[in-house]
Amino acid sequence: MQMPQPNASVIALKDQLAARLRSVMPADAVITDIAETRAYECDGLSAYRCPPLLAVLPASTQEVSDILRICHDMGVPVVPRGSGTSLAGGAMPTADSVILGVARLNAVLETDYADRIIRVQTGRTNLSVTGAVEAEGFFYAPDPSSQLACAIAGNIAMNSGGAHCLKYGVTTNNLLGVTMVMMDGTVVEIGGGHLDAPGLDLLGVICGSEGQLGVVTEATLRILHKPEGARPMLIGFDSNAVAGACVSDIIKAGVLPVAIEFMDRPCIVACEAFAKAGYPDCEALLIIEVEGSDAEIDHQLALIGEIAARHNPVEVREARDADQAARIWLGRKSAFGAMGQINDYMCLDGTIPVTELPHVLDRIRQMSAEYGLDVANVFHAGDGNMHPLILYNANLPGDLERCEEFGAAILKLCVEVGGCLTGEHGVGIEKRDLMHVQFNAADLDAQMAVKDVFDPGWLLNPAKVFPLDASESHRAA
Amino acid sequence: MMPTSEDELSGMIRDASGPISVQGGGTRGVFADGQALSTAGLNGITLYEPGALTLVARAGTPLSEIESSLAAEGQRLAFEPTDMRALLSTSGAPTIGGIVATNASGPRRIQVGACRDHLLGVRFVDGAGNIVKNGGRVMKNVTGYDLVKLLAGAHGTLGVMTEVSLKVLPLPQAVATLSIPDLDAAQAVAAMSAALGSPYDVTGAAWADGAAIVRLEGFSDSVAYRADRLAEELMQFGAVTIGDVDWSAVRDARAFAGLPGDVWRVSIRPSAMPAMVSAIRADGDVQVMADWGGGLLWVLCAAGRDLRTSITSGHATRVRGDASAAIARFHPEPAAVAALSRGLRQRFDPRGILNAGVMG
Repeated sequence: MQMPQPNASVIALKDQLAARLRSVMPADAVITDIAETRAYECDGLSAYRCPPLLAVLPASTQEVSDILRICHDMGVPVVPRGSGTSLAGGAMPTADSVILGVARLNAVLETDYADRIIRVQTGRTNLSVTGAVEAEGFFYAPDPSSQLACAIAGNIAMNSGGAHCLKYGVTTNNLLGVTMVMMDGTVVEIGGGHLDAPGLDLLGVICGSEGQLGVVTEATLRILHKPEGARPMLIGFDSNAVAGACVSDIIKAGVLPVAIEFMDRPCIVACEAFAKAGYPDCEALLIIEVEGSDAEIDHQLALIGEIAARHNPVEVREARDADQAARIWLGRKSAFGAMGQINDYMCLDGTIPVTELPHVLDRIRQMSAEYGLDVANVFHAGDGNMHPLILYNANLPGDLERCEEFGAAILKLCVEVGGCLTGEHGVGIEKRDLMHVQFNAADLDAQMAVKDVFDPGWLLNPAKVFPLDASESHRAA
Repeated sequence: MMPTSEDELSGMIRDASGPISVQGGGTRGVFADGQALSTAGLNGITLYEPGALTLVARAGTPLSEIESSLAAEGQRLAFEPTDMRALLSTSGAPTIGGIVATNASGPRRIQVGACRDHLLGVRFVDGAGNIVKNGGRVMKNVTGYDLVKLLAGAHGTLGVMTEVSLKVLPLPQAVATLSIPDLDAAQAVAAMSAALGSPYDVTGAAWADGAAIVRLEGFSDSVAYRADRLAEELMQFGAVTIGDVDWSAVRDARAFAGLPGDVWRVSIRPSAMPAMVSAIRADGDVQVMADWGGGLLWVLCAAGRDLRTSITSGHATRVRGDASAAIARFHPEPAAVAALSRGLRQRFDPRGILNAGVMG
């Protein structure tokens, strides 16, 4: 992974910078000790590491503003960090940058059930947002699988999704307003408790900008009342293609499940060995969850069962109660852990048009043989967001590189069939150099124009998202 | 000017010597000074995959053509695009490009989101003639910055869209509307908030002619069940009847069509709506109705009145009124936000020729 040469003159400013930062925030919130800064050297993409120049842990929007103003004055790059769960290297530091961690900003500022909104500081974890409102029967819909740990700040930066976004949308569809600090320290309020923008939809471009336009310190989020109930159904098939066709037919029939999860044989086998969920012995299985009252759930599951029956399923298993539901979800929810038990793996995140599923799965199987690396597929089938897990051996020289090449080939295939490089994990450093595959120079320039307007010095979260050759002239301007 | 291809459009913009007024169907009262550029030549559905819930169409495609193609497969644009012709006394056929450029979203905004939430990708030509694509045609896509949202609602000031790709959804089997008559603003918001805070998946909540109306959609048995349950919960606010209501009249604020005066849309938190209605009434005669559970207020007031002087939160857009008056269409933004908007317009349209002045 090529990164720009760290700026030695910035690194030389470390003591001076630390002194200025300590003049605006408590001493313990400025971390300069090399052993302690190591805690911030990587995120969920742990193959790549680099300790930052120093780390700061602000406790208020004012402190964030002071930090950014000082760094802006001194020309020091800043890498914002939520909980550090990014799988794309979105929060990976550079040697000449300050890590700005929002973990101390974790308060709930306002909850309004009549207006169905909650306003939180963005260091708060995703799951604890739901935790703050569930006693009243409400929840915050986006549910990335890291929701126990990941912060709202990171969710906004990466526009995080989750298993239930087929019905409820992703972060951008549930975000109503932000307090954001610009790189020069200016605090802006965008959006609020209302539903649309008075001018350009700045909120829409801030969400998913990977922390490169500003540091979001507070967010107004839409909350929803929980459905009366939810239950899954498991359907096994004797081929990926048939399972894919069944997904398409369900959607065409007008049923809109809240989740449709897909697992292929390698994934089923690994999960079965790990979690012993009692999954059928088959080539592909779908877990489909619907919501509503008991009668509504019965009706929808019956419809789905009828559609599935036309595709000669190997097995159809409908959850009758909470215990059976938990068993159906058990294997799926332990998929990543199961794969981790048997191997090192790289998790991809490309999205494809749902109609291309069978073709893409076939191609991945062929490529798996060509590269000599196994792949297990588990993904959100309703929206085409794939998560191929490529298995490799980190201790075998050259295996990681081969795995990365294979991964890149799969992502190129996703783009080729009309999809994209990343559905919910973000570009970060991981997919930065593949951006040319999906976008031409004019496409990238238009995106970088936004960066130029929000952060003219290109100091926020440097060397991410845009290929270095494409961004060079913008960074130098 | 009426380009028939993206390349031709790119050349026209690159070679333009003065301002350009971008026109879709011309039904939404958005007119800039300058040479008219019609998207009518960029026409047709280019891809429709019912099984993937996606439709791609060129910007000048009439909405009616898209809606009939979708209806044939039992699907629809779930964000309920508004039709402003009656309210604004305009004629012509609304285009999908015009809908996206104005982010025209109806009552279902509160449940499924706005037009911008259903927009998966755009192709556009910026003010320098560059052809740009962003997003794509898949439901989940975080590859690069989301210019799709930025283009939605930009009223043609950042670029001229040539193609849009949209998420579509199934048509429901059944619809039912619960009505509670004779409610004031505070009672109506309370009733609508109770409905929207229930587990019954409300797809519309409006207040018109003093009645709160609440819509449910889905499979027949499910709608019947939820209507009964919700009616029980809403009885505390008044007598509840269950029946059919023409939601397109709510969507298009048709009650104000043909009546004299200016029309405004005020976007607020629902809980702030009753006090705002009182403040607006205290400053002059008005008619009001609300959509989005009270979060969107439609106001008919005397011509030339600056409604913003009565408003202390949210924002107000004047959708009908004398264009030569000093009142801006859009609510002024705080200085720091306005600077960002201005900066973006300068970067995407360096000569300031696309729908100049339409957004400030």
